[in-house]
Amino acid sequence: MVVVDSQSPPKFGDYEAQRHWMEITLNLPVLEWYRNSTGNDLSYWGLDYPPLTAYQSYFHGLFLRFFDPDSVSLFTSRGYETYVGKLLMRWTVLSSDTLIFFPAIFYFAFVYHSSCHSSRKNDCAWHIAMLLLNPCLILIDHGHFQYNCISLGLTVAAIAAILSQRELLASCLFTLALSHKQMSVYYAPAFFSHLLGKCLRRKNPIHGVAKLGLTVLGTFTVVWWPYLHSTDALLGVLSRLAPFERGIYEDYVANFWCTSSVIIKWKRLFSVHSLKFISLTATVLTCLPSMVQQVMAPSSRGFLYGLLNSSFAFYLFSFQVHEKSILLPLLPASLLALEERRPFKWLMFYGLFSMFPLLCRDKLVLPYFALHALFMLLYHAPCGHGGRPRNARPNNTKFDYFDSFKTFMNGFIYLSSFILHIVYLTMHPPEKFPYLFEAIIMLICFYQFALLAFYTNVKQWSLLEHSTTEEEKKLI
Amino acid sequence: MESSSSTRQLLWFFAIAVCVKLLLIPAYHSTDFEVHRHWLALTHSLPLSNWYADETSPWTLDYPPFFACFERFLSIFAHYIDPQIVDLHNGLNYRANSAIYFLRISVILSDLWLLYGVYRLTKNADVKRRYLIWVLIVWSPALVMVDHLHFQYNGFLLGWLLLSISFLQEGKDLMGGFLFAVLLCFKHLFAVAAPVYFVYLLRHYCWKGLVRGFSRLSVLGAVVVAVFAAAYGPFLYHGQIQQVFNRMFPFGRGLCHAYWAPNFWVFYIILDKVFSFFLKKFGFSIQIPAASFTGGLVGDSSPFAVLPKISPSTTLIMVLLALSPCFIKAWTNPQPRMVARWIAYAYTCGFLFGWHVHEKASLHFVIPLAIVAVQSLEDAKHYFMLSIVSCYSLFPLLYEGQEYPIKVLLLLLHSILMWLGFSTKFTRASAPNTMVTAKKKGAQSKSIESSSPAAEKGGFTIGWVGKSYLLGLLLVEIWGQFLHPYLLGDKFPFVPLMLISTYCAFGIMYSWIWQLRWIISTT
Repeated sequence: MVVVDSQSPPKFGDYEAQRHWMEITLNLPVLEWYRNSTGNDLSYWGLDYPPLTAYQSYFHGLFLRFFDPDSVSLFTSRGYETYVGKLLMRWTVLSSDTLIFFPAIFYFAFVYHSSCHSSRKNDCAWHIAMLLLNPCLILIDHGHFQYNCISLGLTVAAIAAILSQRELLASCLFTLALSHKQMSVYYAPAFFSHLLGKCLRRKNPIHGVAKLGLTVLGTFTVVWWPYLHSTDALLGVLSRLAPFERGIYEDYVANFWCTSSVIIKWKRLFSVHSLKFISLTATVLTCLPSMVQQVMAPSSRGFLYGLLNSSFAFYLFSFQVHEKSILLPLLPASLLALEERRPFKWLMFYGLFSMFPLLCRDKLVLPYFALHALFMLLYHAPCGHGGRPRNARPNNTKFDYFDSFKTFMNGFIYLSSFILHIVYLTMHPPEKFPYLFEAIIMLICFYQFALLAFYTNVKQWSLLEHSTTEEEKKLI
Repeated sequence: MESSSSTRQLLWFFAIAVCVKLLLIPAYHSTDFEVHRHWLALTHSLPLSNWYADETSPWTLDYPPFFACFERFLSIFAHYIDPQIVDLHNGLNYRANSAIYFLRISVILSDLWLLYGVYRLTKNADVKRRYLIWVLIVWSPALVMVDHLHFQYNGFLLGWLLLSISFLQEGKDLMGGFLFAVLLCFKHLFAVAAPVYFVYLLRHYCWKGLVRGFSRLSVLGAVVVAVFAAAYGPFLYHGQIQQVFNRMFPFGRGLCHAYWAPNFWVFYIILDKVFSFFLKKFGFSIQIPAASFTGGLVGDSSPFAVLPKISPSTTLIMVLLALSPCFIKAWTNPQPRMVARWIAYAYTCGFLFGWHVHEKASLHFVIPLAIVAVQSLEDAKHYFMLSIVSCYSLFPLLYEGQEYPIKVLLLLLHSILMWLGFSTKFTRASAPNTMVTAKKKGAQSKSIESSSPAAEKGGFTIGWVGKSYLLGLLLVEIWGQFLHPYLLGDKFPFVPLMLISTYCAFGIMYSWIWQLRWIISTT
């Protein structure tokens, strides 16, 4: 149930970036953090997350400076990698995980299982194990080195607050999550539409919206205070957060733009400006069904589906998506794990698979396999109900062929994915296509993600019909 | 159907343990790693006659011949994977990934033998008991810490012991005795329980009337002699027996290991120091001894200032004395179902009163005790405390900073699982639910107090003595890890370790007295 820290050596990239941010935030005044200056060379791992990350780096930097001042001294500590330094950095991630992510998960589990009357102790324990032992999160945060646990933890706490009807708290927490990592905006449509839907059902909707709006603005003001005194400073920060010049996609991420670029060379056909517009439209269009559903019929279950759908929409169609962003759809999927067991397992398998090339580059192959195996084993725990859906549909002979075809296709794709793992590790790609294997992995993963996104959207939309029929029954 | 599903479940437990162990592959390993790698090279490259005579490396072979054969067997695969692992000279301190992965995976695979032992033991138990014993043995944090971090093959050896116990419990004494003899030829440290085996087998197997008894005795004797002959015969042939025994029994070492194992001698040493301190204050002239407890015996001088000197034979006598109630019980009423307790008790006595005991030897009695821990509430409570104390006493083995979260997490997680497991097994239907979710050790006391009505109805709870002892354990750890370096810096660096061994010694003494009382009180 608890994270086992994989003691692999940290990678130069993200590790050095985080250490560098601690160095800058400790040694430079607040206003200089996002500005290019002699002390702060933005081209060398400049800060590209919102201020809460900067504050957190400052706090961790204090901790590091107490034990090992050389690791965070200005200029001289670039490329600094000693045993003690690495240990301290890992401790900061571990402590953030334990202090923020774990309590948030327990809060959510408490709220979710107390409201869900039919859940049993075993299910609750299984669910918590699935949430805490998320291999993706462990590998990225502790292996690759990042602090996703903080923003994800804040988001989970916000979700739990919404489930327990504490909307002001939820909006405050979500704003904090947004101020920590701008990727949390993947969830923003769901939060927005759900809260709007809830407000519209009240007697005085304007009052509700105003309260929420004030909370959000207030939290933003508090966190972004140092940068609000002039538009220059604010724009300076914002431009760091959205580096559009890096292009619509980088490397081989399993989203729509990268996958279809095999056929349609987006980068060559359109300019960055028009691509921004196209991707924005596509994202909004894909989000729209789930948002509309929530506005019309807000419910806790629908909200969780809404989170999943909006994060999928952003992952598949947004600008400059990174492979690691698969964490964002994975979170609501794991929150929904009890209701959508098989889709959750699929998403986890293919999410991990889509990150496999990245993890191979980071020499995290052994932890990848061990954690993946551990996850699958716990998923199929003998005391739980691994694999069996909660409300099993009665066997219908009409769908037998379709079901067996589905099973066959799934099995085939699973097997080929497994073989691809081994192929990727052992064989060299042909000279003409050096990235052949990455491309194949990306194609398979995109296909699965697209299927899953379609399925979850349909599921959420069906909640609408379900709730409208219930309302009709009530009226009758 | 029943057995196949239970096998599958057991394999599930094992698979989870394997995943955790795989994650631990890159972690710290001690000099024992180099020791075993060298033995692979030694047995692979040299003929039998040179195994115990070779001096290429300071890590000479000090286990009996069967273990050397086991290393020889492994070295076949090692040679296939990377010949440099088994190269006698070029392989010294070889640290390449191939060596690390091979040796670590060999330990993981050899744990399959432990799994077989556990499987045989729990074949006939009911589901809850089975799961509990599997949690206690297959997922034992002490075993993971010693075998897979520090690096040893205890899982494999304990597998032989558990197999032997399982056969004895079924009444198949000859097989049990045979397996024990084999175990002795793998690691002679297990010989502490040999007297118990001898008495039990004599009484239970051989005491069946003059002719039949005598024939059985001769059969048993023949089997044991055959095993020893198979092990030591080749060396007898090469005239090397003296050399073999010299290597196996290095009595030049001191009473205690460099880090004091939490046994009886800790108290003896402290008493000695306290006496010498006070007597000096009162004006008596006390000589500071030249020898130290951990180094070898310096001639006739004693490392003790006031109390009498302890020699290896003294420790032997004390062990036998401590074992005597067990002998009497085994003689008067040899019952198969008591065997596990007696053997565990034997190893406890050996641990407490033995010469140059390693703290790792606590595994020898903690694992067999897991078998009986599920039999009654009292056993469960005792085992819960013992397991935590013995695992904690192993913490100093892994002294590097990066293993700290691992060992703490392993212990905490296992304690929580034990707590949950015992609570589910021992709550009566009417008792309120005593399950707790993840909490730190100190905070456990609050939740336990609130569910004290369960204690009266037979639920799994710990009394206030146990709770305060566990809290003390937490305090000792906080002192050793944080307060001591902060307040005292580099002064008195041995104090935290001394504190740990003394504190754990209390716990292990308690366990010994508890076991003794149990053995004496049952008919």
